[in-house]
Amino acid sequence: MYAQMVRSTGTLKSRAEMTPEEAAFQDRIDRGERIEPQDWMPEGYRRTLIRQIGQHAHSEVVGQLPEGNWITRAPTLERKAILIAKVQDEAGHGLYLYAAAETLGVSRDALIEDLLAGRMKYSSIFNYPTLTWADIGAIGWLVDGAAIMNQVPLQRTSYGPYARAMVRICKEESFHQRQGYAIMMKMARGTPEQREMAQDALNRFWFPALMMFGPSDRDSVHSAQSMAWRIKINSNDELRQKFVDQTVPQAEFLGLTIPDPELRWNEAKGGYDFSEPDWAEFHEVLRGNGPCNADRMAARRKAWDEGAWVREALAAHAAKRAARPVAAE
Amino acid sequence: MAKDWPLWEVFVRGAHGAGHRHVGSLHAPDAEMALKNARDVYTRRNEGVSIWVVPSAAITASAPGDKGPLFDPANSKVYRHPTFYDIPDDVGHM
Amino acid sequence: MAPLFELCLRMGDSTLILGQRLSEWCGHAPVLEEDIALANVALDLIGQTQMWLGLAGEVEGQGRDADALAFRRDAGAFRNLLLVERPNGDFGHTIMRQFLFDAWHLPMLRALAGSSEPRVAAIAQKAEREVAYHLERSAGLVIRLGDGTGESRARMQAALDALWPWAGEMFAGDGVDAALAAGEIAPDPARLRPAWDGTVDAVLAEATLARPAGSFFHRGGRAGRHTEHLGHLLAEMQFLQRAYPGAAW
Repeated sequence: MYAQMVRSTGTLKSRAEMTPEEAAFQDRIDRGERIEPQDWMPEGYRRTLIRQIGQHAHSEVVGQLPEGNWITRAPTLERKAILIAKVQDEAGHGLYLYAAAETLGVSRDALIEDLLAGRMKYSSIFNYPTLTWADIGAIGWLVDGAAIMNQVPLQRTSYGPYARAMVRICKEESFHQRQGYAIMMKMARGTPEQREMAQDALNRFWFPALMMFGPSDRDSVHSAQSMAWRIKINSNDELRQKFVDQTVPQAEFLGLTIPDPELRWNEAKGGYDFSEPDWAEFHEVLRGNGPCNADRMAARRKAWDEGAWVREALAAHAAKRAARPVAAE
Repeated sequence: MAKDWPLWEVFVRGAHGAGHRHVGSLHAPDAEMALKNARDVYTRRNEGVSIWVVPSAAITASAPGDKGPLFDPANSKVYRHPTFYDIPDDVGHM
Repeated sequence: MAPLFELCLRMGDSTLILGQRLSEWCGHAPVLEEDIALANVALDLIGQTQMWLGLAGEVEGQGRDADALAFRRDAGAFRNLLLVERPNGDFGHTIMRQFLFDAWHLPMLRALAGSSEPRVAAIAQKAEREVAYHLERSAGLVIRLGDGTGESRARMQAALDALWPWAGEMFAGDGVDAALAAGEIAPDPARLRPAWDGTVDAVLAEATLARPAGSFFHRGGRAGRHTEHLGHLLAEMQFLQRAYPGAAW
């Protein structure tokens, strides 16, 4: 998801192995209580959360870029306004999430430096290019659709500030998937060229969207501890299945074909059977070898470096003002 | 390296809201910019008519250990809550 | 061309081109808070464009809507101020361009709010509230960046010096303006100068920036004679509508 492959610090302990504090902490989580910033928490919980929330925040911020790529070329004034508002929401979501991470004792600037130095990751999905206007539709429909599927349960996550950020994000995000699907409808029912763009966008984004949920639970070593701490609510495979089941009828409604010859309804399990994405590709993208990794990081680094004088100047001005004698005010 | 901008807590009162509610945090170099940023970040959907910003560092919070003594007494004052009173249906809405 | 149609194009094209320029910043600003703030200004300007160009199409009566006017006219038919088509430059340059424009835009809208043409007055009244905030924000940033560090002051002074010759056009009226003023539809552009001077001088003083001495200014936007930059901006902005004529989006 927006936080994929988050390494969980600490292995899952049995009750007998826990210290009294750890046991009391686990009891609170099991009772469904929220953990708040000043509460005692295991160091592993704190560090795992910083990684997860930080990665989630980075994904929102880097996620501005693929869609931002089409803002200046949006085909109508209304589409332009909608897309600006959506990309702006992503900046806002990054901001809320960084603030949630900061309650755990790390600064936003430090997290950003970690991202820019390659010490922290962001979602693999944003390393794929947006080549046509239909890609903007596909991102809203598939990428936001997949993100929402993960974020809705996270509103009930154990860490209070994270849960509250997710509540706000989910509320704001409700229009994102719909605007994407609305673009897809226009394209799928438009000229033959538009139809072709819509199918091509689905072809290119389908498997990267499935990768967003992360590798199969069979191979996901960090899930158990994170689920015990309720900072991960559902398993990767469970969410991926739910996403496929939800999306296939939507594609059919558009008259588009999911690019998977193995896709078929399985009556017995009450869901679709489908092909696994290419996990080798997924790991390459995470290693930095996606089509856009270098461009995305270069763009973020440029924004940060070229903005340094602005951040410094505003801080300097505030300091000057604070130093002025009160009589002069 | 730029000096980190301080963190501010943002409180917004909506058009029909009785009091200011904490909505989130943001970074700003000074109070005036914090107020402007709060308007841009937290009232994009017409959520508010009045904004307060407070430096996060200026907030004193009750410690988790206080949870018992600070809040338990209020829990026992059930008479402060309207549902404490059993009003016959015949009286109508109250 | 009917003066009212021209007025709508002059207003709507300026808000469109500036909104387009600001939208180039999405995802690239110095801090997240500024990303969000710049996007808000861009959104306001694009909303105003929809109103001005919508009215232009209505006044023209040829069946062109706001999108047809925005996406299917060539540069020579655009009536925006040259100032707004200047490239973004660094963040300071963008903010300075915004401030010089806002300081004109606000008194212009205040005057238009009392227009004898009710449709113009209605748009201006709505836009005025938005633009009052734009000016507050851009002025605040000019002051802070001017009176910030040595580097920031130098950058802001350079931006001011570079943009100054593109600002004077705002106050140089032509025959269309005279007709609009006579009909009390729009103010004589020269009338807006004192308000602009007052705002600019006060803000520059607080920003510790020096007002450029030169009185020379470029003109041409009102007549459709633009800089080289507008053609590139339109090539990008109009790409889809031009490449796929007749498609609905």
